[in-house]
Parts: sequence; C-alpha cells; structure tokens
Amino acid sequence: MLHITIHAARRMLRAGDIGARELTAAILERIDAVDGQVRAYLTLTPELALAAADRADAALVAARAAGTTDDLPPLLGIPLAIKDTITTEGIRTTCGSRILENYIPPYQSTAMARLQQAGALILGKTNTDEFAMGSSTESSAYFATRNPWNLAHVPGGSSGGSAAAVAAGECLAALGSDTGGSVRQPAGFCGVVGLKPTYGRVSRYGLVAYASSLDQIGPLARDVTDAAELLGVLAGHDPLDSTSVPAAVPAYAQMLDRPVRGLRVGVPREYFAPGMQPEVEAAVRAAIQVLADLGAEVREIGLPHTDLALPVYYLIAAAEASANLARFDGIRYGLSAAAESLWETYRETRGQGFGPEVKRRIMLGAYALSAGYYDAYYLKAQQVRTLIRADFDAALAEVDVIACPTGPTTAFRIGEKMADPLSMYLTDILTLSANLAGLPAISLPCGFDGAGLPIGLQLMAGAFQEPLLLAAAFAYEQAAGWHTRHPTL
Amino acid sequence: MASGDIAYETIIGLEVHAQLLTASKMFCGCSADYAAAPPNTHVCPVCMALPGALPVINRLAVEKTIRAGLALNCTIAGHTLFARKNYHYADLPKGYQISQYELPLCHSGWLDIEAEGAARRVGIARAHLEEDTGKLTHMGEAAGDTRLSAGRGAATLVDLNRAGIPLLEIVTEPDLRSPEEARAYLVKLQQILRYLGVSSGDMEKGAMRCEANVSIRPVGQTQFGTKVEVKNLNSFRSVKLALEYEVARQIAVLEAGGRVVQVTMGWDEEHGRTVVQRSKESADDYRYFPEPDLPPLEINPAWVAELRAALPELPDARAARFAAVYALDERDAALLAGERATADYFEATAAALGGTAPAARTAANWITGELFRLMKAAGVEIEQVQVGPAALADLLGRVERGEINANSGKRVLGQMFETGQPAGRIIDELGLAQVSDADALAAAVDAVLARYPDEVAKYRAGKESVLGWLMGQVMRETRGKGNPALVRALLAKALEG
Ligand SMILES: [Zn+2]
Repeated sequence: MLHITIHAARRMLRAGDIGARELTAAILERIDAVDGQVRAYLTLTPELALAAADRADAALVAARAAGTTDDLPPLLGIPLAIKDTITTEGIRTTCGSRILENYIPPYQSTAMARLQQAGALILGKTNTDEFAMGSSTESSAYFATRNPWNLAHVPGGSSGGSAAAVAAGECLAALGSDTGGSVRQPAGFCGVVGLKPTYGRVSRYGLVAYASSLDQIGPLARDVTDAAELLGVLAGHDPLDSTSVPAAVPAYAQMLDRPVRGLRVGVPREYFAPGMQPEVEAAVRAAIQVLADLGAEVREIGLPHTDLALPVYYLIAAAEASANLARFDGIRYGLSAAAESLWETYRETRGQGFGPEVKRRIMLGAYALSAGYYDAYYLKAQQVRTLIRADFDAALAEVDVIACPTGPTTAFRIGEKMADPLSMYLTDILTLSANLAGLPAISLPCGFDGAGLPIGLQLMAGAFQEPLLLAAAFAYEQAAGWHTRHPTL
Repeated sequence: MASGDIAYETIIGLEVHAQLLTASKMFCGCSADYAAAPPNTHVCPVCMALPGALPVINRLAVEKTIRAGLALNCTIAGHTLFARKNYHYADLPKGYQISQYELPLCHSGWLDIEAEGAARRVGIARAHLEEDTGKLTHMGEAAGDTRLSAGRGAATLVDLNRAGIPLLEIVTEPDLRSPEEARAYLVKLQQILRYLGVSSGDMEKGAMRCEANVSIRPVGQTQFGTKVEVKNLNSFRSVKLALEYEVARQIAVLEAGGRVVQVTMGWDEEHGRTVVQRSKESADDYRYFPEPDLPPLEINPAWVAELRAALPELPDARAARFAAVYALDERDAALLAGERATADYFEATAAALGGTAPAARTAANWITGELFRLMKAAGVEIEQVQVGPAALADLLGRVERGEINANSGKRVLGQMFETGQPAGRIIDELGLAQVSDADALAAAVDAVLARYPDEVAKYRAGKESVLGWLMGQVMRETRGKGNPALVRALLAKALEG
C-alpha cells in the first residue's frame, strides 16, 4: 500500500476500501519511519494534510451516499509532496536556501491552486538543490537527500527530494521543477517517472524562478498513468503567466493506450557518446528494442548541435538567474543581515544567504551579460539555442518520438562530484536540450545497473505532443514492468 | 552663446518620464491611483517582487504609449521587446526594472516647437514603456545620503505604492539648441500628453520628470562636446535655470583652459547650481537582456491604424483652425487651444452662441479675459469651473441682446462663477435687467438735465466732452441699468432740443 499509485488509490477511496485519513496517516507513518534516512522533506505539514484528508473523507462519504463519486475532483484525498521551489501559501518555501529560511509566502502558486482545486492534499515540501541549481540535491543549504535505492548515493537533482519521496513511499506523487533536467534526472536516478511538459504548458506563476525561459513544473510519479493524471490537472493557460500557452488541454490519462505500431522512434547518435556507463547504454538500447517489438519503427537520427547544449545552457540559465535572484536583497522578506548601509546589507545578506553554487552561477550570468561580453556570450548562446531548436524541428519532421538515456550514468555517490562543478554539470548533458528547445520529455525506469541502481529511459516529442509522448512511455512501461519495483528501506 | 572670443553652440537632448494614466499598474492589477494612499497599500506579490510572481503587460499602457508615439510622429514597431535593466537599489524590488532596450514600441518621430521666435523640429529618438520605482524617504542621518547609510538611528523608509506604475520614456535627439528651446519642448510635450489623456504631465507631482544631456561646442565644430547629464529637474523653471547654469559652467570651464568631464549632475534648486552626483567611472552597466517572462509583443497594424484614426486634433492644429475659422488672433487661439478642456469649453460656448465667427470671438474674449481672471484669482482649472459652456453662452446672449450691459455682465459672471446659479436668476436677484423703456429713461434724462443746468449750458456752448459726464449721471440715476445706447440717443436729442 505504501507504493500505491494515484489511480489505484482513487479507486479505493471512491469505493470506500480506504479512507483519505487512513491513507494519509499511513504515508505520514512511513515518512516517520524512513525520512530520517532518506531526508526527502524540508518541511512537513501533517496537521494540514490530516485536516484536508478529513474534509476529503466527508466529501467521499457524501458522494458515495449520493452515487456521485464519478463527479468528485480527480485528486480528492491524494497525498502529494511539493518541491520547495514552488510557492505554497502559508507554508514555508525555502528553495533549499538560507536566504529564504523563514519565508512563508502570502500567496498561492497556480500549480498549487490547481492541485488543491483537484482535491489533492499536501504532505510537505521536499528538498532541492539551492534555487534548483544542482544535479544531486547536495547544494541544498540544509542537508543532502539520499537515494532510497542506496543511501550512499545521491537521488539526483535538483528535484531530488521529490524523486526520493516518491521512490521511498513517502508520498503518492510529487511536483518538481525542471530547468535542465531537474525532474527527469532524479526520476532516472530514483527509478520513478518524471515528466517535463512543453514550455508554456504549465503555469510558472509561483515557481521561484531559476531560469525563466527554461523552467517548467512537472510531476514525479510511480507510473506513466499518474504522471498523465497530474499533467491533466496542472496544464492549461494561466493569465498570470504570460509565457503559458492558451492551448486546449487533452485528457492525457484517457489517451495512454493508443498503439505504438507505426510510431516512428528516433535514436540520436550523439546521445550515446563515449564515457557513458555501458549498463546504461545496454538498458536503453534494450528498451528501444521493446518499442520496436511493439511495432514502432526505430531509426537513427542526428542532433548535430548536441555538444553545444551544455555551454549554451549554462550561459542562458546563469544569465537569467543573475537577474532572477537579484530580488533576494534583505529588504522585503527572507534573511536580512543587519548592516550599516544599504550596500553592506546587500553584501552581507547575499553573502550569508547564498551558497557557493548559487554565487557561482550569479557571477557567471552577470559576466555573460556585461557590456563588452554580451555579444560573445549571451547573444551567441541565444543564436546557438536557435540551432539546437532547429535540430529538433528537423528530426521531429521525420520521427514522432526521440528515445535516449536520461543521463550517462546511474546515481553517483554522495560527495563524489561536489568538488568538481564541471563533472556535476555533465550529468545533465542529455536532458538540457529539451529545455533549450522547449519540448516535452519524460524519464521512466528501464532497468538497473550491477549495483542495483535504477536506469532511466528518456523520451522526447514535439511541442504539445504530450499525448503521443505519454502513450509511447505507457506502452513501454506496460511491456517492461519496471515500475512495479520498489526499494527496500 | 558667446563668451570671450569664441562663440559656443549649446546641444541639449532630453529624456522625459511620464506616468501613464491607467487604472492599474504596468505589470499587475494594483490600482495606479496611489496619490492619497497610505504607504505600501497598493502592492501585491508582483510589484513587491515576491519569489515566483510574474509580470503581465497592461494593454491600456501599451495603447497610451502608441497614441503618444503617433502624436509625436513616431514609427510604431510591429514587433517590440521588453528588457530587464539590472541594478540594485532599495526602491527597485526585483533588482531589475522591466523596460525596453532593443526594439522600443515607438521610434524615429519628431515634434515641432517654436522658441525665441524661431521654429525647430526636434527629433524623437524613441518612446518606450517601462515601470516606475518605489519611493524612498530618508530619515535622520540617512537624509541626503544616496548610499543610504543606516548608522546611528538613521533609516530609510520604502513605499512601493509607486513601484510598477507605467512610465512612458521619451528620448529626443540632441536637437535642442538652448535652454529656452528645451523649456518650449517640454511645454509642448506636456500639452500633447494631456491632450491625449496619456499623462497628467504634472511635473510638481512627479508625474512628468525630466533629465537633460547638455554639451557645448565652438560654433562650426561638427563633433559633439563631452555631455553632462543633469537630473532632478522638477519644473519648467528649474529645467531652464539648470540648463542655463550648466551651459555657463561648461563655457567657464573651457574658457579657463579646462575640459568638461562626463558626469551626472543634480540641480540644486535652493542654491541655484548643478552639483556632481556621480562620475562616469562609477557608472552602472545595466546588463540589459530581453525579459524572458514576457514574450515579444506583436503590435497589430490594424490596431495602430484604429488608434491613429481616433487621435484627437492636437493643440497646434486646433489653434490654427481657431485662427482660420473664427478669425481669432494667434495669441488667443494658442491660449484657448493649449489645453484640451479649455479648447472644448471654448468651442462649446461658441457653438451655443450660434457658432458664427463673431459669436466665437465674443466667447473667446470673455473666456480669455473675465473667466481666466476669475479662475486665476480662485486658483481653479477649467474643469472645476461651475459655469458650463451653455450657461456662459446664455449670459453672453443676454449681453449681446442688450438685456444687461457689459459691466453688469461681468458682475453676473462673477456671481455665476461663485454660486453656479444661472444668469437669469442672478440678473433678477440683483435687479440688473437693463431699462430699455424709452419713457422711463427720458424721465431720468430730464431729471439730470434739470439738476445740472450749468453743464447743459457748457455743452450747448460747444464743450462736447460734457456729454460723457452727463451720460454717467443718467446711468447713475438708473442705477446702472439704463441701456447705454438708448440713453446716449435720448440725451443727445434732449440737449439739442
Ligand atoms: Zn501590484
């Protein structure tokens, strides 16, 4: 029951086989039992969760009596976890940073508002690399989260808390945010499903910005069906986010079982570069074979500017971050260091409040935007970003879905890459391009390495082609069955 | 401008920031009407820059900017970008200002002005949209310290009600050649912005703010001299005084064999001088880049055409029409056309009086004369005047028809201005209706002639100037209500008889 899916829990809740309080209490007990080891949560809100569960139970009882359970909101009574980069009204939102240690938002993010309207209840806020800048959750100012499959390893990042919580049975599903792979990479490391929607598909209002042109909120879930359920709730135009797109929201979860026969699957040769862990390549190639066996037409494709994605990403993301993080100045909220002058207040607040990785990216970004360097760095990066988009446009004219590994390796050991930022950056090398191109991408489990750590299969599709993407993922998942495996803690 | 042996030419460019008259702020739904509000009450997650909040463009602000751009003969961009201007200050909650850098909404326009008897076309480099900052109040020892030292009991208070108010920035080419031209440009620009209802243009209230770039060069030199930026120009007067001071200062520097240094100066109104605020060496690098939270704004040409068609007649065109159609003299025409409300008032009054040129001239005379005098004395604008155009026309009709004389008319207008009562009622109450009854007036004439036989004799002896004096006596006899033309005719007849 600890590893129950949303769709299974909903059936049981509506049938009266389980109560929302019972389910929530069981998950809270699980958190109690294992989170001391996993350390997925930064903030827990058990009272709020149980109160919401009681309200859900009342609604469930009434609906059962009236025979109207089918009309209930889709996530009624479902306990979820929220990455701490997502604003939660009245619940501390730290972004994994000391600078927001005591910040309690007075307003609600659109993603949270939609989840609550759908009846979901919130267990707490999950750990993240500071301001989502990292690939291991080790740059959190509070503590490192551990991979439930092997506690000596990282869960990935930056949505490592959410991925670990899902894998460890500490929630049914969770929200993450993905700027360069921050939903998919930890999903791959923790053996769960992570979906980054098309840029503009889900409102960013209330997502604390890291890199505005790349950030997207996405679900981390036990299976593809749950990811589709959550996307259906989250997606849609938001007048509060000018970059959200007013496109109709399909019933994703009802469109999963379209057959993959004839689906054109492209395998980019640049995504199987030397240095890749052999077990990862073997598992991903085997997964692609499964799709072929299901009737998909598999062909090799080229995405020639792949090697430029990493420098382009770090220039654009850092440039945007350098401005996005300027608001943390100690004047209106968050940490405020007492000092003798305004400039000292800035220096002390930001000096004490930000960790080294955040400072590194702010400096890198401010430099890339500086007079005399703008053309060479930021502008050039934007031009190359256009080329990367064009690569995908060309490839997706010939194939429906692109299949590749989520990352070049499985989860590395805690501490292994912290001293070497560049090797840390390289762990995102296969996920960055989808953000730069604004495309939807999903990571789902496709096996384990010799050490028992999960391997992630990444699928990408054209903009707003989530139905196609999810259907391909669902077909593989059902054929392969990896999603039924869970870590023992 | 000349000094010593060398004649210098003054080069001025102006940057004007005008707050737009919109109901809500530039990027959020907060009310933009913050004038009387307690500090930090017109704020929300967006304009306080709470983590995660996002901007949404105010369509009305875009519309008003386009209308201003059209009135300034600008090209309106089909594709325009917002940008982040990055700098840290306590009045700037996000740590960047959303502004426009590349691809502004309006560019390449001009404005024709007249100053010191000469006409000049002033190029408008660009007119773009951005957001205002908050307001800082320095207390104790922080007062006057731009670095906001908070030591020893001093403090700076931040009010974000103004943060995010839409601002229209209008930048001229360096086309102005004297402080007086700069002043004339600002007066004209303010007129136009007010005409369009785009901005109140109120400099004293900070709704219109001006910065100037000033340089001088020897006449004949094509290369520009080093420019100095002058800030803190809060009135037309301070613009002119500051620029005059700064030009004289630069000439003095050159005459003394020095060179002008590129700095930012502030105008010190109290001491009548410019003082250095910041040297170029410490100038900021704003690290502009396109605002990723706002997609490029595509401006539909059909919308621009619609706005162009709906532009009101602007002050110059209206003054020219007043002069041509109503044969007003140019000064009166310009005076009446300068403010839209006044021009509307004048035209409505003229129309109610019959709309002929003579009727319009009567209206113009009364408005620029008596009405303006009353407004000035009471310190009110035309919008607050209780006498509407129809009521004024009613009064002027009575004067024209001889119902009351012109002097009584002024008295009645004064009462109407104060009480808002119609002319007819005031005339009745004051008993001012002119006596045109020939018998009644003849009796008064006879009484006066009987009372002053000596004066009658003088007149008859050829001293015609006595007629005016006798006239006055008859008017007094009628308590000012006598129809002057009739009185004069009766008096002349009686004296000859
Ligand atoms: Zn606001």
